[in-house]
Amino acid sequence: MNEIALLIAATIAAGTPLVLAGLGLLINEKAGVLNLGAEGMMLVAAIAGFAAAFHSGNQWIAFGAGAAAGMILAAGFGVLVIWLNTNQYATGLALSLFGFGFSAFVGVEYVGKKLGEHVQYAVPFLADLPFLGPALFKQHPLAYVAMALAAALAWFLYRSRQGLVLRSIGESPDSAHSLGYGVRWIRLAAVVAGGALCGVAGAFLSVVYAPLWVEGLTAGRGWIALALTPFATWRPARVLLGAYLFGGVTMLQFSLQGAGVQIASQFLSMLPYLATIVVLALISRNPAWIRINMPASLGKPFHPSS
Amino acid sequence: MFSPAKRSWLKVLAFAAVAALAACGKEEPPKPAAPAAADAKAPAPPAEPFKAAWMYVGPVGDAGWTFAHDQGRKAVEAELGAKVKTTFVEKVPEGADAERVIRDLAAQGNKIIFATSFGFMEPMLKVAAEFPNVKFEHATGYKTAPNMRIYDAKFYEDAFLAGVIAGHTSKTGTLGFVASFPIPEVLRNINAFTLGAQSVNPKIKTRVVWVNTWFDPPKESEAAQSLINGGADVLLQNTDSTAVLQTAEKNGKFAFGWDSDMSGFAPKAHLGSAIVDWSNYYKKAVKDAMEGTWKTERTVWGVKEGQNDLVKIADGVPEEAKKKVAEIKAGMKAGTFEVFTGPVVDTDGKERLAKDAKADQEWKDKVDFYVRGVEGKVPTGK
Repeated sequence: MNEIALLIAATIAAGTPLVLAGLGLLINEKAGVLNLGAEGMMLVAAIAGFAAAFHSGNQWIAFGAGAAAGMILAAGFGVLVIWLNTNQYATGLALSLFGFGFSAFVGVEYVGKKLGEHVQYAVPFLADLPFLGPALFKQHPLAYVAMALAAALAWFLYRSRQGLVLRSIGESPDSAHSLGYGVRWIRLAAVVAGGALCGVAGAFLSVVYAPLWVEGLTAGRGWIALALTPFATWRPARVLLGAYLFGGVTMLQFSLQGAGVQIASQFLSMLPYLATIVVLALISRNPAWIRINMPASLGKPFHPSS
Repeated sequence: MFSPAKRSWLKVLAFAAVAALAACGKEEPPKPAAPAAADAKAPAPPAEPFKAAWMYVGPVGDAGWTFAHDQGRKAVEAELGAKVKTTFVEKVPEGADAERVIRDLAAQGNKIIFATSFGFMEPMLKVAAEFPNVKFEHATGYKTAPNMRIYDAKFYEDAFLAGVIAGHTSKTGTLGFVASFPIPEVLRNINAFTLGAQSVNPKIKTRVVWVNTWFDPPKESEAAQSLINGGADVLLQNTDSTAVLQTAEKNGKFAFGWDSDMSGFAPKAHLGSAIVDWSNYYKKAVKDAMEGTWKTERTVWGVKEGQNDLVKIADGVPEEAKKKVAEIKAGMKAGTFEVFTGPVVDTDGKERLAKDAKADQEWKDKVDFYVRGVEGKVPTGK
């Protein structure tokens, strides 16, 4: 029983960076901008966060640094894609490649360095509950922030006016523009917000999860978050589900190996990706559902007509 | 969009830019040759330095496998000084890129090239055929050529010593091993770790998780966490980063450093570091090549030759464990102690080594099983 509780705890920890990055990408995709540079942003944020944590000893400063790094890169991307109307896919890929190389270059002197003592977190009374305690209440605060963020984002997108404006820009920027909304500025804000969240996710990886810096640390998690968002049909709750599913199956396959289960380890390594794709595709297979939720102008450039 | 006049200017500009880039590209190859030529033109003796190159699979800063090799390279520089000029290339992926890098290094005038990962074997073999005057050295492999030889270390001796300490330290009786790929070297280490622990506590069990990579800290961390969740309280690894040790520290369990001294990364969890010191071998190899005494052979050195050791054994380790480790080390140095001494039985109950039989090199090269006490089955393929 205890092992299952620990598995749940590990799932939440493994899924948190994916939730944060996935929600960030959801924001900018809902506004109609596809940022393929998630991996690059996460890597630069990871080294920024690690360096900040190394020099300041404070992880919250590190998360701030990571968010700032993500925002700066996202802003650059946003200007290129929204004002200069460069191709979103190409620009995003360029950002990813740049981020990988830049983070490796800047991070050379931080390889092999270690941060301070690890802190164990526990929610005051709830952590002592028999099964739920170790399963749910001994997480890093960011795990709870991620869950709250999913709920907040769902409320924002579907129950608030600003969210409605954001979604309408994603559906039909021309109509929104003719109604007088500053489409490009709102899109930039969405892209920067997405960058900030990807940044926090990256910093979380290097400061809390690993915690160390080496080039390519994120090992494709940015791409996984990018894939999660469309598979989850751009709904925050499903992004949460997909992220935890991925994290959970990853930890589960390690547990299965450790228990001596007779399945090839290479197949087990593939399982998280397979499971996530299958589950999300199955729950989102209704074409009407997809049509409703997919931002119609995703990836298309916008030229204000007046 | 652009007028015809503007378009032709743009074409000219584009062509010029491409030509400039191509010219920049072409400039690079002559540069490495220039310093070499300059060396040759320098006043008659000192002869031009002997060029030696190292190729690494990971970053020098990994504080593990590659770091240890680089320390060996630096030792060669320290001893031979101006007579040798060393270079290294790090983070070379195993595969097609490796071939390109080896060829580059050979073409740049290096007379001896070391490739420090199993997956460099085939690329090196290919390039060795093209450069008969260059000496090629491959670590942890098994294929040779007239100008290519192999070297290895006895990591399983380190793993056995770690096992002895783990046997004394483990409270749950379950050990954990974060493993990279199911090749004989790794299986030897898993088995040696288990046998060492079983020599202290015959009921020891070992759980293994395969991460299918030599170096991926978050994955190693996850694997370590799942082993700990499954009840393991002493971990060993054969992957190259400090993540496993740090995860053990996070959970209040124990682990060992691997490939280099990792004691600084986990003050409470660190029980000892299984290190490898390549400097003696590298000095010998470079001197062999310089003096013309180089020949194709296979060199496997261990504790006896100072190539392997278990260092920085924690103060908290029980005295009797430390004594036993010292005894076994003495036996290894004298050449009388062999880690793989029968009886050795595998997980299917088949006897792999008869009682008191000592394994020979061939037996060790073909290890493809788990000893009894290791949970699960060896994954097929590599």
